[in-house]
Amino acid sequence: MAGNKGRGRAAYTFNIEAVGFSKGEKLPDVVLKPPPLFPDTDYKPVPLKTGEGEEYMLALKQELRETMKRMPYFIETPEERQDIERYSKRYMKVYKEEWIPDWRRLPREMMPRNKCKKAGPKPKKAKDAGKGTPLTNTEDVLKKMEELEKRGDGEKSDEENEEKEGSKEKSKEGDDDDDDDAAEQEEYDEEEQEEENDYINSYFEDGDDFGADSDDNMDE
Amino acid sequence: MTQAEIKLCSLLLQEHFGEIVEKIGVHLIRTGSQPLRVIAHDTGTSLDQVKKALCVLVQHNLVSYQVHKRGVVEYEAQCSRVLRMLRYPRYIYTTKTLYSDTGELIVEELLLNGKLTMSAVVKKVADRLTETMEDGKTMDYAEVSNTFVRLADTHFVQRCPSVPTTENSDPGPPPPAPTLVINEKDMYLVPKLSLIGKGKRRRSSDEDAAGEPKAKRPKYTTDNKEPIPDDGIYWQANLDRFHQHFRDQAIVSAVANRMDQTSSEIVRTMLRMSEITTSSSAPFTQPLSSNELEFVGKSGDSGGGMYVINLHKALASLATATLESVVQERFGSRCARIFRLVLQKKHIEQKQVEDFAMIPAKEAKDMLYKMLSENFMSLQEIPKTPDHAPSRTFYLYTVNILSAARMLLHRCYKSIANLIERRQFETKENKRLLEKSQRVEAIIASMQATGAEEAQLQEIEEMITAPERQQLETLKRNVNKLDASEIQVDETIFLLESYIECTMKRQ
Repeated sequence: MAGNKGRGRAAYTFNIEAVGFSKGEKLPDVVLKPPPLFPDTDYKPVPLKTGEGEEYMLALKQELRETMKRMPYFIETPEERQDIERYSKRYMKVYKEEWIPDWRRLPREMMPRNKCKKAGPKPKKAKDAGKGTPLTNTEDVLKKMEELEKRGDGEKSDEENEEKEGSKEKSKEGDDDDDDDAAEQEEYDEEEQEEENDYINSYFEDGDDFGADSDDNMDE
Repeated sequence: MTQAEIKLCSLLLQEHFGEIVEKIGVHLIRTGSQPLRVIAHDTGTSLDQVKKALCVLVQHNLVSYQVHKRGVVEYEAQCSRVLRMLRYPRYIYTTKTLYSDTGELIVEELLLNGKLTMSAVVKKVADRLTETMEDGKTMDYAEVSNTFVRLADTHFVQRCPSVPTTENSDPGPPPPAPTLVINEKDMYLVPKLSLIGKGKRRRSSDEDAAGEPKAKRPKYTTDNKEPIPDDGIYWQANLDRFHQHFRDQAIVSAVANRMDQTSSEIVRTMLRMSEITTSSSAPFTQPLSSNELEFVGKSGDSGGGMYVINLHKALASLATATLESVVQERFGSRCARIFRLVLQKKHIEQKQVEDFAMIPAKEAKDMLYKMLSENFMSLQEIPKTPDHAPSRTFYLYTVNILSAARMLLHRCYKSIANLIERRQFETKENKRLLEKSQRVEAIIASMQATGAEEAQLQEIEEMITAPERQQLETLKRNVNKLDASEIQVDETIFLLESYIECTMKRQ
């Protein structure tokens, strides 16, 4: 239906009267921008309901919000450093309980994976295991050695063994949260060791204390 | 899921569980069912954090998992369940009205923790109640257990599906994830526990207000030593039952408004009698015998007349009333008149609207178009000629309640998202001031605990100047208003959702 678009005025395809505008009347302007963000309303909103029930629910809501922040389910993102160390911060530390899920109800892959499985959901046992260490450590270290040999990285030195022992003891003393860190630390360990194997191990002649003290060396 | 719903879920998850859980949760809602590694890869979070977040989400019944072939476990989020978090205060308050403080705390603990064993719930609630009692008195476990049993009997709490007890004849490796099953009959079966004990009062040295900083947190391992008698039997709040209760409440109050008190009492009794026997989404209740009312239809003559409450009709008229009131508040009472007229006549031409509503043509036209543009109404074309020429077609205005309800529901989700954002914005704007006042309070509390003089306390209080106090007052008022609005918009959401669900079931 090619209309006569080019000739003279545009004609409407329908009876303009049906829509309510009389012929020749000025049509309202075309709007060229999105509607305003906070439009004015002709009618003000109805006031909120007030009553005992509503007030109680309001108080409940605010309380729940606060409580949820303190529950162990609220996983916090690591905060940026405060600019000034405040005195009152000591009094506002929140006491968060640990929460250990019932592993029987969850898929197996949910459990935090550790090289030392004993440091899993039973922190108490982990402590005991941590004290009588040498055996388990050597086992795991041996396992690691095999792995590393497969990757063709050559020999491990005593320094590296001590590094691993140091980090393992620290990881065993921790809670579940620390276990995740330990897993990460151990991953770091492997990377560190692989890199360090590029150099001769006696390159750092700091003696046996190197690496066993601080874990800061792990972070790059 | 619509964008508005996803946005609202994101805000709710962030407020309640933090940003990491929010990221994982929103990702799952957006993309559907996914395995663990894909989630970690797509969201760029470490595997450990994803695991933690998923544990939290599964604990709170927001995410479920399923084992697929080849042992892959996929996780799926329930968007509608996330939206229920808005309604927690209402659930708790309702339990308070029905079962007083003990019941209220039980439901609160269940909602806050997702799922718990009965013994855990009883212990926590008893401890909390003991805190609020006077010195020397303690709360007995038995009373708490009784309330718990009553809640289970009326189906307000239900058992979670549990791990099936397998006999160890299965030699193969354990499955990657347990398939949880629940037997219909067992859902409300309370295990026979003899919980003897009293609530413990928390020692005051555990409170934060005490003088010493706590360098090391005491480990929460003391209770793991004793075997828990009902280990593995978890309970959760039965949200559907609460919804049923709300719906009944809404119907009863609607009847009370339209007719008189006695009719509403009758309806209430009918509903109560059928509370447990009807499933939550049945369109009709079980037939009972009583008097005749608007929502009540006759369904038989045995036993002196069997009557049925037409729940669908009741919900439909509630939803319609909501729509009408929205139109009235947004566009004025004349518009509302037109709206009701179109509702009544089902299909009506523009000319007829002017005549029936007795409103001048220009105004009527304007209002009709306004409502049309906001999607409260729609146009139905009826062509007179086969070529559908516009000048020879009837255009009829009509209201499709279902689609209008959906539109309004969508707007409600957007409103709540806006309210939450505004509240967070207000809080963030005044963060410095809020923190300052919190610090001052903490200092005052610690000084009071160590016995300071009145003058010193006065001095500390003056650290907050008068205009700052004013600002805090205003902030508090605004935040309260926004919170209250959220709660009340949620009531509308509930009505509309129930109506839409009921209508969809019928079709």
